[in-house]
Amino acid sequence: MKAIKVLGTGCPNCRRTVALIEQVAHDTGVAVTVEKVEDLPAIMGYGVMSTPGVVLDGTVVHAGGVPGRDTVERWLTS
Amino acid sequence: MSVLAERWPSRHPRALLGLAALAWVGLYETLLPASEALVAALPVERESHLGGALQFFLYDAPKVLLLLTGVVFVMGMVNTYFTPERTRAMLAVRRDGVANVMAASLGVVTPFCSCSAVPLFIGFVQAGVPLGVTFSFLIAAPMVNEVALTLLLGLFGWRIALLYLGLGLSVAVVAGWVIGRFRMEHHLEQWVQQMPKVAATHTLARLTVGERMAAGGESVRDIVGRVWPWVLAGIAIGAAIHGYVPEDLMAAIMGKGAWWSVPLAVLIGVPMYTNAVGVIPIVQALLAKGAALGTVLAFMMSVIALSLPEIVILRKVLKPRLIATFVGVVAAGILTVGYVFNFVL
Repeated sequence: MKAIKVLGTGCPNCRRTVALIEQVAHDTGVAVTVEKVEDLPAIMGYGVMSTPGVVLDGTVVHAGGVPGRDTVERWLTS
Repeated sequence: MSVLAERWPSRHPRALLGLAALAWVGLYETLLPASEALVAALPVERESHLGGALQFFLYDAPKVLLLLTGVVFVMGMVNTYFTPERTRAMLAVRRDGVANVMAASLGVVTPFCSCSAVPLFIGFVQAGVPLGVTFSFLIAAPMVNEVALTLLLGLFGWRIALLYLGLGLSVAVVAGWVIGRFRMEHHLEQWVQQMPKVAATHTLARLTVGERMAAGGESVRDIVGRVWPWVLAGIAIGAAIHGYVPEDLMAAIMGKGAWWSVPLAVLIGVPMYTNAVGVIPIVQALLAKGAALGTVLAFMMSVIALSLPEIVILRKVLKPRLIATFVGVVAAGILTVGYVFNFVL
């Protein structure tokens, strides 16, 4: 079970990122929990400066912009 | 064949880039004759209003879209050299003055999305970038960007594009410097002041040319894919009023003679929220109807640089007095630009 957090203040790109991860998880059949972190101090606590950011099992793996589909697949299957 | 087509770009990215550039130039050069030929093939009189409007649209629409694609692609590649982390590290070691100029210029080339404004703001302040310098960056980043400049270049010529670039940067530099003079660090929200200080370090991601090109392609898909309907709408408006509307219609209300037109334009523009592209159709229509250039540019700048949603988001980190100062100083800067423009031209 992978724990994914999407950091973002609720902008369209953040919503797209969440949707993409859920879609890829569904397609690949990988069990994940996707949590949206919208609280600013919490986001800043991860040291991310450009949103959306993605945290995979406690590590920041992505910041700024919607990640590519193949990148998401790599996170989920690795 | 398909394997070759797949591998070739990643093995010879520079060759591909050169070929793409050649194809781009070739395409650009054929636009004018192609649009004339198209209109000639249609059952309309070339010299009529309709013929003129059609030719205008058929030439300008692909021209601006082509320009936009080229510029967004190149900027997408350039952006990979200027991550926010790197920009922050460059600014953290500088003091006021020069740093304001640097911050405004970096605002143009650093990838920026308005929803990242606040995290970026805190990240800068946390690393010890002075408040005024941070503001210079935050003002320039949305206001002076490649999309706005390309549209101005494609629709109104390089003079107006350059003027917009110069004046936008000036507003960002001066406004940031002025805000810095006010020493308002304690008007940041409490939790921002209490954030632990961090060292501004950055790890330079070593990307290959191929990866940078992929980033360029990605931004073309993202930006051009999002804005093309606006661009077409803007050009369609331009084509529709091409030779139809009497030029003095707006001149009375927004012409040079009306001194109050600039503050009015800024007042209307500040709460409005749209990006550089959404405002272009309006700019197109206003200019064609005889509104003064300074007034229109002031309107455009205030729409892009200041907006209600942005102010609401910034309220999470700035206390009301600092927000008021920010809006006031930037609006004053834009106002000056509008007046200077109308006066000089």
